[in-house]
Amino acid sequence: MNRDKLRVLVAKPGLDGHDRGAMVVARALRDAGMEVIYTGLRQTPEMIAEAALQEDVDLIGLSILSGAHMALVPRILELLKTQGQHDVHVLLGGIIPDEDVDELKSLGVSAIFGPGTPTTEIVSVVRALTGTGTDEPA
Amino acid sequence: MSLPERIVAGDRLALARLLTQLENEAPEGQDTLGALYVHTGDSYRIGVTGAPGTGKSTLVNQLARQLRQRPFPDASDAPRVAIIAVDPSSPFTGGAILGDRIRMRDLSGDEGIFIRSMASRGSLGGLAKTTGSLALALDAAGFEIILIETVGAGQAEVEVASAAHTTIVIDAPGMGDEVQANKAGILEIADILVVNKADQPGAENTVRVLEMALEFANQQERADRVNWKPPVLPTTATTGVGIPGLVDSIYAHFNFLKDTGQWAERERQLISTQFYAGLQQELFERFCRSNADGVLERKIDALLARKISPREAIASLLDARD
Repeated sequence: MNRDKLRVLVAKPGLDGHDRGAMVVARALRDAGMEVIYTGLRQTPEMIAEAALQEDVDLIGLSILSGAHMALVPRILELLKTQGQHDVHVLLGGIIPDEDVDELKSLGVSAIFGPGTPTTEIVSVVRALTGTGTDEPA
Repeated sequence: MSLPERIVAGDRLALARLLTQLENEAPEGQDTLGALYVHTGDSYRIGVTGAPGTGKSTLVNQLARQLRQRPFPDASDAPRVAIIAVDPSSPFTGGAILGDRIRMRDLSGDEGIFIRSMASRGSLGGLAKTTGSLALALDAAGFEIILIETVGAGQAEVEVASAAHTTIVIDAPGMGDEVQANKAGILEIADILVVNKADQPGAENTVRVLEMALEFANQQERADRVNWKPPVLPTTATTGVGIPGLVDSIYAHFNFLKDTGQWAERERQLISTQFYAGLQQELFERFCRSNADGVLERKIDALLARKISPREAIASLLDARD
C-alpha cells in the first residue's frame, strides 16, 4: 500500500521572467518526499486553478516577483472557491511587500515566504498545514 | 447524486478526487471504480513512449490539440481527450517532480481535455502500478481518447503496449546507430514510429534506419500483426509539423484494429493484463497477512545464513499450507 502522498502544485502566475526560485522550492518539496506538479512560467489564474483541480493537489505554491500579486492572488483564490476547491492550501513566495501580507492572509493565503526563507522552513510549514507531521519519507 | 453518478455526469472535481484515491489504492476508490466498471470499455487508448528528451510531452500537447480539431472516426464530434502523463519518482525519497504540464499549456481552457500527472511510485515498466485504474476511471467519465505518456523509456519499458490499443514510439535524430534500432524491446511494440525533431540534422537518416529495422521485424517477430506495417513519421512537435499526418496514421490504425477484429483481441489483452496483475497483488498481500509475524523474516534469516535455498524457502512456506 502506498502511504498517501502529498501533491503540490508549484506555479508562477503573471509575467515573471525567470523561475529559479520556484524550481528550488519544487526541488526541496520533492526531496521531502512530495509529488510536485510543476507548470512553468506565465500561467494565468485560470490555468492554475484548472491544473489544481485536475491534479487534485493538497496545496498550491505560487511564486510572484512582478508586483502583480494583489491582482493575481485574489483572482486565483476566487476561482478555487467557485470550483469547489475549498480544502486546498495556498502558499505564496517571491517579492511581497510587508504592507500586503495581512490583506493576502485575510483573503485566504495560508503562508507567505520572503526572499532568503530556508527551504526547510517551507517544508515544515507545508507539513504543519497538511497535518502530515515530520514523518520519514516513504 | 452518488460519486459514481457525478463522475459519469462529467463532474471534474469528483473525477480528480477519485483519481487520487485510486493512486493511493484506497478501498473507497476501488469501490467507486467497481461501480463505474459497467460504464467503461468505450475509450481508445493510445500509448506514447520514447527516450527522455525525445519530445513526448510536446508531441502529446500537439497531438491532443489536433485530435480536438477533427471528428472521431464514424462520429460527428471531436473526441474528448484525457492525458495521463507519468514521470519518475525518486527511489530515495519517493518524491517526484511532475513536469509534463509545462509543455501542455496550449491545452488549458479546453473543457474537452483533462490532464493528470502521475508519479511512477517505484514501478519500472514505464507506467505506475495504478495507471490502468486511472485510465478506467477516465473511460467511465466519457473520454473517448486516453493518451498515456510513459516516463522517459529506454529499451525495456514495454508495459505501455499492454495498456494501450495503439502504441506510438518516439525517437529523435542522434539517439543511436543501427545496432540500437535492431535491438529487441521498445521498437518492437510500436504500431507507429515517430522521428521527432525532424528539423534537426540526421533526421532523414534516423527515418531510414528505423524503416530498415522494421523491414526485418515485420518478416520475423510480428506474425500477429502481419497486416499492419508500422509507419515511420517525421514530426517537429514544437511547431506542429507532421502532426496532422500522425493523427491520420493513428486513425488508420484504429480502423485497422476494428476491421480486422484485432480490436477485440487487444481489449482482451488489456483486461487480462490488469486482471492478472490485480490477482497477483491480492494473492501476495493475503498470503503475507496470513503468515504469523516474523515468519517471513525468519525465512530471510535462514537464507542469509545459507541454511536453505530461495527455492526451498518458498516451497516450505507454500507446502506447509496444503
